Amino acid sequence: MALKTEPIVVNMGPQHPSTHGVFRMRVTFDGEIIKDLEPVMGYLHRGVEKLAESRTYTQFIPLTDRLDYLASMTNNLAYVLAVEKLGNIEVPPRAQYLRVIMAEMMRISSHLMAVGFMINDMGAFYTPLLYMYREREKLLDLFEMVCGQRLTYNYMRIGGLSHDVPPEFLPALKKFVSEMPGFIDEYDQLLKENEILLARTKGVGILSKELAINSSASGPVLRGSGVKWDIRKADPYLVYDKLNFEIPTGTVGDIYDRYWVRMVEMRQSVRILEQAIEQLPAGEIRTALPHLVRPPCGEAYGHIEAPKGELGFYIISDTGVAPYRCHIRAPSLINLTALKDMVVGLMLADAIITLGSIDIVLGEVDR
Amino acid sequence: MTIPLSGRDVAQKVAEQFPKAVNLCDGACLWVEPVSIVEVARYLRDTPGLDFDYLVNLTAVDFWEYFEVVYHLVSIKRNHSLVLRCQLQGRQELVMPSVVEVWRGADFQEREIYDMLGIRFSNHPNLRRLLTWEGFPGHPLRKDWL
Repeated sequence: MALKTEPIVVNMGPQHPSTHGVFRMRVTFDGEIIKDLEPVMGYLHRGVEKLAESRTYTQFIPLTDRLDYLASMTNNLAYVLAVEKLGNIEVPPRAQYLRVIMAEMMRISSHLMAVGFMINDMGAFYTPLLYMYREREKLLDLFEMVCGQRLTYNYMRIGGLSHDVPPEFLPALKKFVSEMPGFIDEYDQLLKENEILLARTKGVGILSKELAINSSASGPVLRGSGVKWDIRKADPYLVYDKLNFEIPTGTVGDIYDRYWVRMVEMRQSVRILEQAIEQLPAGEIRTALPHLVRPPCGEAYGHIEAPKGELGFYIISDTGVAPYRCHIRAPSLINLTALKDMVVGLMLADAIITLGSIDIVLGEVDR
Repeated sequence: MTIPLSGRDVAQKVAEQFPKAVNLCDGACLWVEPVSIVEVARYLRDTPGLDFDYLVNLTAVDFWEYFEVVYHLVSIKRNHSLVLRCQLQGRQELVMPSVVEVWRGADFQEREIYDMLGIRFSNHPNLRRLLTWEGFPGHPLRKDWL
């Protein structure tokens, strides 16, 4: 008599350590092979877009911190850039450079977490991650120096920054920038040629170039699939057009390529930081604006290259003190679109690292 | 720099193919008739020279008398951008054709619009609420919800 098998449906999450928050995957298995996967989300939905409609433009800035909480400063930046675009507000050069410095520090910090947790998902519990935490801690100390906070910074303001950096910040940042390439070498030494890492990531979770574009993937996921698309180059904002850096792209679009892109991007961010420190001009850090910002009637879509991909704010103003509508284009959410295509045919353990390699933050997925 | 294409030029090209599809154009925007959105989308994606292969952002806005669905498009190949808009009159029984077959990236974004603003997308492969749960009262981002 032939054995009869039945597909089995497994709920991964919402309370599961490998889903990076309260994210649920309904996975259908045939044996250990994944036949279907459906992401289920919304467990952290706080209605940020609705809240924006009842807050003034400035009052909304702290809420943006709570979207991608591993890269809060970048969220601040995307939001204030969209409002400045809407209101045609000029930003002093010093503030623009400091914004670039903050954004790149945030990118290093976010990529450290992305890579660290991906290795963690692979089964190397916490040891490699703690090496990454060591450097993130230094970055958090720098952020604390700047604005007194370690997670939700609320540092950007419409028209500039809340205040200038303290005098001890730049020497400390220079020290960090000079040390960081050595630490990235150390990670490479630990991980890049590690047999287990290569076996688990090479050729696994492949996202083709065509599908990556068609499913609106962005950030390291899109670049890992070999598409040279980075908003910092494609549509430069702030002073990125005055800085030299390169965009790494993968070839296969597997987990290793996404990991590799993040590692190279960290090196490039260090390069950007070096140049930005050198070019940093003196002067004002904030444009004088009325207490209540009232942009003219109209709309603006402001986008930046956040660590996780294209973060956009689509804001409509009816000349009131609060936005009429504020939509957030969250990279974490949209990068999940192709998750099913990446994992069908693989095993359960591969689905977990594939999810880790997309690098989602649930605050941003659910908003 | 991403160059916004002139809405008028694109409108002319689209009108040659689909005479009734475009209602209005302004700046880098086209107002498209909702029933023609899928054919216009496919035309914009597949026509050489336009190559809008990437749907950046898809959202909708409640303007009380009508709803507007907004598509932000970019061509990665040519680095230019365009905005499509569709107006849906009234507040009840709103239906838009889904563009998932043209751009897969619309999948979650259309589900989110259905969840938050109550616009149904016909031909969507899996049109269910995305962020709230089944049975949630109303659609929170509508202006009359709260």
